Amino acid sequence: MSKKAISMTVNGRPVEAPAEPRTLLIHYLREQLDLTGPHIGCDTGHCGACTVDLDGQSVKSCMVFAIQAEGAEVTTIEGLAQPDGRLHALQEAFREHHGLQCGYCTPGMITRAYRLLQENPDPSEQEIRYGISGNLCRCTGYQNIVRAIQAAAQNLNSVPEAAE
Amino acid sequence: MNEQTPIAERAEKLQGLGCARKRVEDARFTQGKGNYVDDIKLNGMLFGDFVRSPYGHARIKGIDKEAALAVPGVLAVITAEDLIPLNLHYMPTLAGDVQAVLAHEKVLFQSQEVAFVVATDRYAAADGVELVEVDYEELPVVVDAAKAMAADAPLLREDIKDKDEGAHGPRKHHNHIFYWDAGDLEGTQRALSQAEVVAEESIAYQRVHPCPLETCGCVASMDKVNGKLTVWGTFQAPHAVRTVASLISNIPEHNIRIVSPDIGGGFGNKVGVYPGYICAIVASIVTGQPVKWIEDRIENLSSTAFARDYHMTGKIAATKEGKITGLQCHVLADHGAFDACADPTKFPAGFFHICTGSYDIPVAYVGVDGVYTNKAPGGVAYRCSFRVTEASYFIERMIDVLARKLEMDPAELRMKNFIAREQFPYTSALGWEYDSGNYHTAMAKAMETVGYQALRTEQAANREAFVRGETRSLMGIGVAFFTEIVGAGPVKNCDILGLGMFDSCEIRVHPTGSAIARLGTISQGQGHATTFAQILASEIGLPADRITVEEGDTDTAPYGLGTYGSRSTPVAGAATAMAGRKIRAKAQMIAAYLLEVHDDDLEWEVDRFQVKGNPERFKAMSEIAFAAYNQAIPGIEPGLEAVSYYDPPNMTYPFGAYICVVDVDVDTGVTDIRRFYALDDCGTRINPMVIEGQVHGGLTEALAIAMGQEIRYDEIGNVQGASLMDFFLPTAVETPTWETDHTVTPSPHHPIGAKGVGESPNVGGVPAFSNAVVDAFAHLGLTHTQMPHDHWRVWSVAQDLGLHG
Ligand code: FES
Ligand code: FES
Repeated sequence: MSKKAISMTVNGRPVEAPAEPRTLLIHYLREQLDLTGPHIGCDTGHCGACTVDLDGQSVKSCMVFAIQAEGAEVTTIEGLAQPDGRLHALQEAFREHHGLQCGYCTPGMITRAYRLLQENPDPSEQEIRYGISGNLCRCTGYQNIVRAIQAAAQNLNSVPEAAE
Repeated sequence: MNEQTPIAERAEKLQGLGCARKRVEDARFTQGKGNYVDDIKLNGMLFGDFVRSPYGHARIKGIDKEAALAVPGVLAVITAEDLIPLNLHYMPTLAGDVQAVLAHEKVLFQSQEVAFVVATDRYAAADGVELVEVDYEELPVVVDAAKAMAADAPLLREDIKDKDEGAHGPRKHHNHIFYWDAGDLEGTQRALSQAEVVAEESIAYQRVHPCPLETCGCVASMDKVNGKLTVWGTFQAPHAVRTVASLISNIPEHNIRIVSPDIGGGFGNKVGVYPGYICAIVASIVTGQPVKWIEDRIENLSSTAFARDYHMTGKIAATKEGKITGLQCHVLADHGAFDACADPTKFPAGFFHICTGSYDIPVAYVGVDGVYTNKAPGGVAYRCSFRVTEASYFIERMIDVLARKLEMDPAELRMKNFIAREQFPYTSALGWEYDSGNYHTAMAKAMETVGYQALRTEQAANREAFVRGETRSLMGIGVAFFTEIVGAGPVKNCDILGLGMFDSCEIRVHPTGSAIARLGTISQGQGHATTFAQILASEIGLPADRITVEEGDTDTAPYGLGTYGSRSTPVAGAATAMAGRKIRAKAQMIAAYLLEVHDDDLEWEVDRFQVKGNPERFKAMSEIAFAAYNQAIPGIEPGLEAVSYYDPPNMTYPFGAYICVVDVDVDTGVTDIRRFYALDDCGTRINPMVIEGQVHGGLTEALAIAMGQEIRYDEIGNVQGASLMDFFLPTAVETPTWETDHTVTPSPHHPIGAKGVGESPNVGGVPAFSNAVVDAFAHLGLTHTQMPHDHWRVWSVAQDLGLHG
């Protein structure tokens, strides 16, 4: 199948790479741009391992064609830390509260939580549980993930400028 | 150096045993910098994908590759015919059977691998798969183990039809694999016939799947210039894979390098050797280019490594007062189309004969019939140690069934029959030697913490309110007390394909007081890089932060049998401690030389050797390490390294008491886990934070199994529910908040007393959920109902009991 150059902004950087019309965004990110943070855990849009941020919304990038993201702003796990390398509060909190084990769900989970906290900066436990219910984790039982997100929210709320 | 620093402070700095040390793995995982197999990209890498059988049982009359080969990017289509000259169309399984790599003459289960399409990228490979034409003739299908044993059942395995002797003794039917038994049949029958009370039940443990979030896959790269084959893949046992690969390919073992990169969860799914690995290797040899194979989720759930599918019939004998006098169990074990169970060779039913559980049962007998059906092969230990989950589910359900019959509280019945603390080491009727336990204390603590009596009172009130029509919800209380058996295992009786199940650790201490330890195991999320460094920190007195732990590369790691069956801590953890002790022994001699005293005049304290009675004179481990490399010490070789291969003298026996409270809506079948309390005793606790995380994860998997997971087949062999659309993986919403607790009963034979924990919550969790659901209806006469307790099944129970008016 013929390829066409597709361009978008990924993690603040303009990019352009060839892809077929049927190429999924997840494959475009992982294979064309070598951004292997987002993972693939299923083929039905259920696991959320591939979650990225697309124009300010959490999106399962296995459910979107790369060409649909033409011109869009995409953020992946690789784009969450500050340019100087300082980690995002969520990245710190996941480590601090043991919110990951094998790490396979982690990039999608953190990227989803990142958007959740912008939608709702002070979520209750129940709101967090619903808010991440599109992301499956097989290792942690979610309890420490919830704690990590709560801790990050608290941290971000106490230092407002750290929110972005 | 740091003379003044108090002992406690120095010990804390090491972050050794018992420290809730943060994980070193997390920095890369939280930044998307993990390196999982699908992240690997090599120059010229090709992609392989399978043509799979749409039928459960069919003869292959022809395969037409032409249209597929015409697809741009498709380079090859490999079928069994191509593998026959290499003698690779079948591969040995871990259970002494053979498994078709690519179907030869017929297919035996839906999704079986029929052809391997190799292309320049995954999309082209998928296009090729669509266009391979296979001509099938359907054959009668058997998906039920009992029906497979009928006299007129269709013959499944034509390739072994003339073999009446299998890997584990005589086969009594053309679909029979083995009969395996343990215990005293006559004595048990006598106990049953003389018993005051006998309870019987048929208990099925449905077919499920470990379903780690990352599926299986590999990248095979044959370097034709130097003859070296490298395979990166999702391997829970990389060294075993290397040996097997060498044996079947005739490539000498030193020319094979197996690497397990980061693994996205295993839970037993990644122990076996799958056709995808073999096909990728063959394709790389044929094309001279690296070949990647990554299964998708539907392929994962329908072809690699199911678990359970055990159909158990039990009888338990007791006195009227509730003293158990005997136990009998027969299992019909559905192994699917090939016997690819991952059990130690001498145990085709794994350690199922731990099924006397935590109870002092004087006599018992268990027999297991392994059977072929038109279902995917596997039979792996899904977050458990070789069929221990099945055993624990069986006995913990049987105890409840007996309690009902005796009209006794199930917790009280357990208390009455526990092996007492002073009976350890305890030899069970089926031959295991339990190392240590303190069951009464653990159970009492659990009951006290949850307020067991108050819960029962509340339940009685709930039942009365239900009768009065004030509520449509019934409350169930599930109690389970499990004993695990992990850490396979002693080489004298545990091997896989003749490889003894020891494990290993090699340590190099660097001159400036840091170290690297390499192990034969491989983490899939358990955090070995964190916890093994802690074991070592306590043994050699260097901070855990200065110890690198490396696993998974057969070119550098010492030989080991890998990570599954909770064996890493009991076996490799022990090897780590023992290797650390060798380092310390040499360090003592060096310190003695430096301090000009005799070896025996020194004592070890946290991070140093000091002169007895004169603690100001000491040498810290970091100084000793430096001396080991820069001083000529008479009679002592330079350097500071050690290696230990640890063959455990016995298994370890973790245990625990779990209590679950569930509210069941009888009109919808919806179950609400109101409370779940888990007390685990895994002996010495290396890292409480990691242990707690393991328990949370294991309980969530147990919840999934008990309440919803099932790989079901319809009559004609279609696998149902093999995608995440249907296969139940709980989200954060269905998952309750877990309450964890512990007692500590160290293992007497393990160098640091640790027993292993990763799988306990699955072993104890499943019966706790199941017992709770049954308990909700127990007063209405329900003694047992089959898992999974999804809403429909629970609703049906209520319907059958006439609760819907
Ligand atoms: S890969 Fe599972 S939802 Fe995208
Ligand atoms: S940490 Fe393994 S899937 Fe979430």
